Amino acid sequence: MPKMTRGDFQDLRAEAKELLFRQRRQVLVCGGTACIASGAMKVYEYLKEECARRGIEISVDLKHETDDDDTGFHLKKSGCHGFCEIGPLVSIQPLNVLYTHVKVEDCDEIIERTILGDEIIERLLYTGNGKTCLNRDQIPFCKNQYRVVLRNSGLTDAEDMWEYVAMGGYSALEKALFEMTDVEICREISDSGLRGRGGGGFPTGRKWESVRRNVADVKYVVCNGDEGDPGAFMDQGIMEGSPHSVIEGMIIAGVATGATEGYIYVRAEYPLAVERLRSAIAKAEEAGFLGDDIMGSGHSFHMHINRGAGAFVCGEGSALTASIEGKRGMPRVKPPRTVDKGLWARPTVLNNVETYANVPLIITNGAEWFASIGTEKSSGTKVFALTGNVVNTGLIEVPMGTTLREVIFDIGGGIKDGKKFKAVQIGGPSGGCLTEEHLDMGLDYDSLKKLGAMIGSGGLVVMDEDTCMVEVARFFMHFTQNESCGKCVPCREGTRRMLEILEKIVANEGTLEDLDMLEELSATITETALCGLGQSACKPVQSTLKHFRNEYLAHVVDKHCPHCNGRKKELQIDPELCRGCGKCKNQCPMEAIDGQIRMPHTIDTTKCVKCGACWGTCPFGAIREE
Amino acid sequence: MSIGISMERVDEIINSYGALRHHLIAIMQDIQAEYKYLDPSVLERIAEKLNIGVAKVYSVATFYENFSLEAKGKYIIKVCDGTACHVRKSEPIYKALRSYLGLEGKQKTSADRLFTLETVACLGACSLAPAMTVNDEVYAKMTPETAVALIEKLKRKEEFENA
Repeated sequence: MPKMTRGDFQDLRAEAKELLFRQRRQVLVCGGTACIASGAMKVYEYLKEECARRGIEISVDLKHETDDDDTGFHLKKSGCHGFCEIGPLVSIQPLNVLYTHVKVEDCDEIIERTILGDEIIERLLYTGNGKTCLNRDQIPFCKNQYRVVLRNSGLTDAEDMWEYVAMGGYSALEKALFEMTDVEICREISDSGLRGRGGGGFPTGRKWESVRRNVADVKYVVCNGDEGDPGAFMDQGIMEGSPHSVIEGMIIAGVATGATEGYIYVRAEYPLAVERLRSAIAKAEEAGFLGDDIMGSGHSFHMHINRGAGAFVCGEGSALTASIEGKRGMPRVKPPRTVDKGLWARPTVLNNVETYANVPLIITNGAEWFASIGTEKSSGTKVFALTGNVVNTGLIEVPMGTTLREVIFDIGGGIKDGKKFKAVQIGGPSGGCLTEEHLDMGLDYDSLKKLGAMIGSGGLVVMDEDTCMVEVARFFMHFTQNESCGKCVPCREGTRRMLEILEKIVANEGTLEDLDMLEELSATITETALCGLGQSACKPVQSTLKHFRNEYLAHVVDKHCPHCNGRKKELQIDPELCRGCGKCKNQCPMEAIDGQIRMPHTIDTTKCVKCGACWGTCPFGAIREE
Repeated sequence: MSIGISMERVDEIINSYGALRHHLIAIMQDIQAEYKYLDPSVLERIAEKLNIGVAKVYSVATFYENFSLEAKGKYIIKVCDGTACHVRKSEPIYKALRSYLGLEGKQKTSADRLFTLETVACLGACSLAPAMTVNDEVYAKMTPETAVALIEKLKRKEEFENA
């Protein structure tokens, strides 16, 4: 096949747009990890086979040979919609309906009534608070978001490169190759205010400019997809849902800095992301977006994939490059910085998945457009993984500076089971917790840093009133301790001692001196650890000690934690408030609750073990400690 | 040499990466995908072919959590203990499976060599917490009861097939 020139690309893009426009009916089955786990691929295969059996020609590719007798029916695997809890999701366009919890048994009806008949099947629609929602724009979880990076996720075929092109993909690359100089690209990124989405928030443009200025025989572009924070899956969503946007961002980084080799380092726990990226790279190579002399511009770029092997510390820059080199993933002392001596001791641009995915948009729409989103010092949007004890969990994208309240209550729908909000852990094991008093604070790099938390990669784990924060701190310390690479003493030994103390406290065997020791160790480790993992390892302990000292005291002084050890005081039902719904009676493991339906219930205190199960389930707040 | 491991196949994998040192991790991943663990004989072969020390190969193999130097069961069960799964009670699932499989102390593989039980930091399926995988297939919103039932079913299937 002859090489694609710029002119060829423009023709192919026009053709792809035309083909996409002609599609009469698009059936998009969500192909994200979560929906697949709920059975989405069974739905996809069934739809495909059943359509074939009924003689409905349904194509699975944008570019196919039978253009003339194209029936206009298309079946696609889309990227993640974000609202994974109601999956498997099937969206039908341009009717703009979104079906939830779709099972194989529903498929016949979908084909007959919706695909062929333009009819909407009410029972498959999303309902929340008694309201039925036709599509994504009506679901509160989705309509309160502002999707930039994830804009196409759920709406287009994640595996189809030409569909990406039809939606404007690789046009930013074309612009960068032919209409901008390397200096201009770096300046555009700088002016946009884009900051690293992997946690630290370093200005991306400045990083690129440093690499551009460095002189070397070869330079590298590395993408950090080693998303190891427990409770975070933003990058997974992007790599699976829009792999080409990451690839395009990396090629542009190469053009801007003079780098010709690109590496994507992906966690081994994300097999689907690896597969999608691999196939996307192969397609981009075949088409000529990757390789030598891209579109006849003289620029070359080659791309490789590395799978992680289960070491959290490899999310740290110098450990990640060591791992790509086939070594133990251990961080080294900095400087030299990665921009000067990164992979194979050459100048290296190292950014996170989400950062690269933003790049094509900035090049296409301009720095000004990007800077207009978000706050002054933190521009653009941020993808968060909202999980834990919240009603709606999933992947969300909001402008920087959106308040925690909007995220948890407007999008997340509040706390599960009507409980009270207690805290949210942001930034995983390297971050801190935010409490009620921070609910109206905007989420951006600087305001979080001031509070001793950080945006991290974007995991938000919501905790309700029943969560013991000491246990949470122990959980994170256990994680970090386990993942400590063992190279530097403060992290290797310090985190172990901290974990021992925390375990002692959780078991109600701690002393007040232990709390002082935790504080002292935290300060020392933060000061002296070699890399980011160690330096931030104590953040969860420090922030829980600051905001929830009373819970530590409950363990240490009272030797009784109401969350871990149950309630000490007697539980009683307020007859004024009790409506006799019977929920508490069903929950009680001791059969200590008795009462007639619609009549006030009572607790037999001789049988009650004060576990609090009833207390959590009562919708009227009628159960009280006496 | 260990039973069941073909050194020709091992060489083939090494050669598919051009026997280049920086592909050490990928080479070991592919070999492990085939044999489920890395036998000492395999590690020695890799060292020889890549022309690096055996100690160096061991140092990398033992650093990364995903590599196993011990043979594993036919089914590898991973219970997610990421933050989201943890707060939605994944630990009772792990404990229930341990006791069902009769695992004690540091033992990870059941006596019949059918099941290996592990935890994993995060599967990225947080919205379906608590989650677990059996040979990389994700199972969502588990409870101790459904998890044990799932394993019981696999066990019965194995007994049936071997009967």
